[in-house]
Amino acid sequence: MDMAESFTHDIGVNRRASFTGLWVLLAASTMVFAAFSSAFVVRRGLSDDWTAMHWPPILFVNTVVLLASSVVLDQSRRALRTGNRSGFNLWWTIATALGILFLSGQAFAWYQLKEAGVFVSSNPSSSFFYVLTAAHAFHLMGGVVALVYVDVQALRLRLGPAKRTAIDVTAIFWHFLDGIWLYLMILFYVWG
Amino acid sequence: MSSSVAHAHGAHHAPTGFIRKYVFSVDHKVIGIQYYFLGLFSVFVGMTLSVLMRFHMVNPNLAVPFFAKIWPTAAAGGVITPELYLSLMTMHGTIMVFFVLTTVPQSGFGNYFLPIQIGAEDMAFPVLNMMSFWTTFIALVVMVAAFFVEGGAPLSGWTGYPPLSGAGAVTGPGEGMGQNLWILSIAIFCGASLMGAINFIATTVDLRCKGMTLMRMPLTCWTWLVTAILGLLGFAVLLSAGVLLLLDRTVGTSFFLPGGLMISDHIITGHKGGSPLLWQHLFWFFGHPEVYIAILPGMGVTSQLLSTFSRKPIFGYKAMVYAILSIGFLGFLVWGHHMFMSGMNPYSAMAFATLTMCIGVPSAIKTFNWIGTLWNGKIHFDTAMMFALGFVSLFVTGGVSGIFLGQPALDLFFHDTYFVVGHFHMIMGVAAIFGMFAGTFYWFPKTTGKMMNETLGKLHFFLTFIGVYCIFTPMHYVGLAGNPRRYSAFTDVEYLGKLIPVHNFMSYAAYITVAAQFIFVINLFWSIKKGKPAPVNPWHATTLEWTIPSPPPFDNFAGVHPVVNHGPYEYSVPGAETDFIMQTDPPSGVHSVV
Repeated sequence: MDMAESFTHDIGVNRRASFTGLWVLLAASTMVFAAFSSAFVVRRGLSDDWTAMHWPPILFVNTVVLLASSVVLDQSRRALRTGNRSGFNLWWTIATALGILFLSGQAFAWYQLKEAGVFVSSNPSSSFFYVLTAAHAFHLMGGVVALVYVDVQALRLRLGPAKRTAIDVTAIFWHFLDGIWLYLMILFYVWG
Repeated sequence: MSSSVAHAHGAHHAPTGFIRKYVFSVDHKVIGIQYYFLGLFSVFVGMTLSVLMRFHMVNPNLAVPFFAKIWPTAAAGGVITPELYLSLMTMHGTIMVFFVLTTVPQSGFGNYFLPIQIGAEDMAFPVLNMMSFWTTFIALVVMVAAFFVEGGAPLSGWTGYPPLSGAGAVTGPGEGMGQNLWILSIAIFCGASLMGAINFIATTVDLRCKGMTLMRMPLTCWTWLVTAILGLLGFAVLLSAGVLLLLDRTVGTSFFLPGGLMISDHIITGHKGGSPLLWQHLFWFFGHPEVYIAILPGMGVTSQLLSTFSRKPIFGYKAMVYAILSIGFLGFLVWGHHMFMSGMNPYSAMAFATLTMCIGVPSAIKTFNWIGTLWNGKIHFDTAMMFALGFVSLFVTGGVSGIFLGQPALDLFFHDTYFVVGHFHMIMGVAAIFGMFAGTFYWFPKTTGKMMNETLGKLHFFLTFIGVYCIFTPMHYVGLAGNPRRYSAFTDVEYLGKLIPVHNFMSYAAYITVAAQFIFVINLFWSIKKGKPAPVNPWHATTLEWTIPSPPPFDNFAGVHPVVNHGPYEYSVPGAETDFIMQTDPPSGVHSVV
């Protein structure tokens, strides 16, 4: 979306509305995962056909990668606050790369499951694993697009004050997805 | 997202090309009209289906060669099969609920008038707004496409209950590709609604003009806000449920499908352990708030109109706001009352029944406040007002039967009878539609600069008002008599034989009422072309849309920042020069006299 339309008006209004939109979006995403989770709990409680699946160990590596991306992302924002543009660019690029690495890692986890003969319909536990990781990855792809967008703007030296909103919105969304992922890991390992 | 916030008075230029101006427009007014016409198309599709159903019910064995032409297999020989009847019913319900009741009051009127009523020049995210409309459009195309695929439209009702909706083509025509398209369409629609909700909430929270405090917002804006919140939370859950159902159908998971099923003499294999009740919980967690998504904007319009046309402030503005909020909140706690038949624990049923009756409280607050608003008012019986009064009538009639249905013991009897059909059509269907008619007659002068024809309007109102009572009141009666719903025919059932004349009456009432809707369409299009020119403020109303030209300029306020000094309903204020004070009128001591 083109941001260059105009900012002669009130950037404050723009920024506030963007944050409101973000919180509303997070509420909707939370409801999506809440619905899947409640289905997960109910489906597991109802049936006698639920068998715990063997989780690919790479999930732990992926978790570390995703957490690292969030830490680096904030390192990047800290750099921007002190006016260190090149530091911002470097850290933001690393965070973006880590985000893409996480997605690749998730794809690899799916591949490992497939090789082990665990498919979506194999067992309710694997059904929910695929659904929840796919829903999370779908959100994350949106996050990566935002990260890449900001990165391209930053590297082309187009980071005006208006873009700060894009930076903050992207970062909060990314941290949210981090939190969702930790929640999913706990769900898988405690109840899966 | 941050990118597309509406901004810059004077920097927000109107597009000149046809496509950017009328097709892929980011102007909230054009998008609102697009939604309105999408809904108008859908309502005629939905009405046609209902006429076919009513016709078939009273003539179940009559061969109509025309039907054989449209459905060579499903109506071979010209007689509608029970399966075809079910698919008509499914599509009638789905199209009406999603593409009419959800779309027009909120996305149509809300898009057009929310920004203007709060003094903004557009929605917060215009591009997202455009995407939201076109996504809805795609959802409608996918839904209608279900008619044209092999097997036709699905059979499982607008609620899409598994196992029927989950087990695939062997369970009946329409349960193959038709049901897949249905789920896909609903999922796309959920996405569109989420985009819309983001826009409505951000716009209301952040784009109000100077002086437009929350408690100075017209009640329409309150209802649009709460509806957006309901849509946001509800459609997210429906989306999740839809994804799971689609997986059950396509990749053989067992979320909702138990093992050992036999449907239509077919043994369903490949599933085990799933729970159809899980779908019902997820569906109704969305489905009940959906009822309020349909009706709340109509309540807002009704409040607005009763006040304006009675020349009195709305009775109990704050109570109205809190009633809207509590209806929205309670709406999420009562989904179980759609599932009393599921064998749920009686204690749960009691809890759901109690919470359901609690909704009666804010609903009664609203109704009494409407009556209080009318009390001693100088009532102007314009067509818009007639429809608002009709809304109150239908809301009471439809709401009272809800109290019956909210009792688990009574619901066991009523649940699968026409009593329920009568109930939800009165309150969710027709009341909400009356809200739309009221809104159309009220705001038509603003959107077009022309007045609608009052004679045609009144004629349409009376035919429709009497007509819908003639269609839906007897449904309660045949329901009490034990007439089951969802049956395609009951002429051969002995104990229902005595009810056939009542069914005939309802069918004739339906034909006449549907025919009367053409009066509205003729009025609408004739008035767009030839209507009398409308003054800026024909109803002497107070809210911001009546301060700007008709139709409004591209950026609504022509570069001026409106400043609000008054509440939305300052009518007949003692000592004032006119019997209304515009929200933008300069502050004075006048209204503090009270």
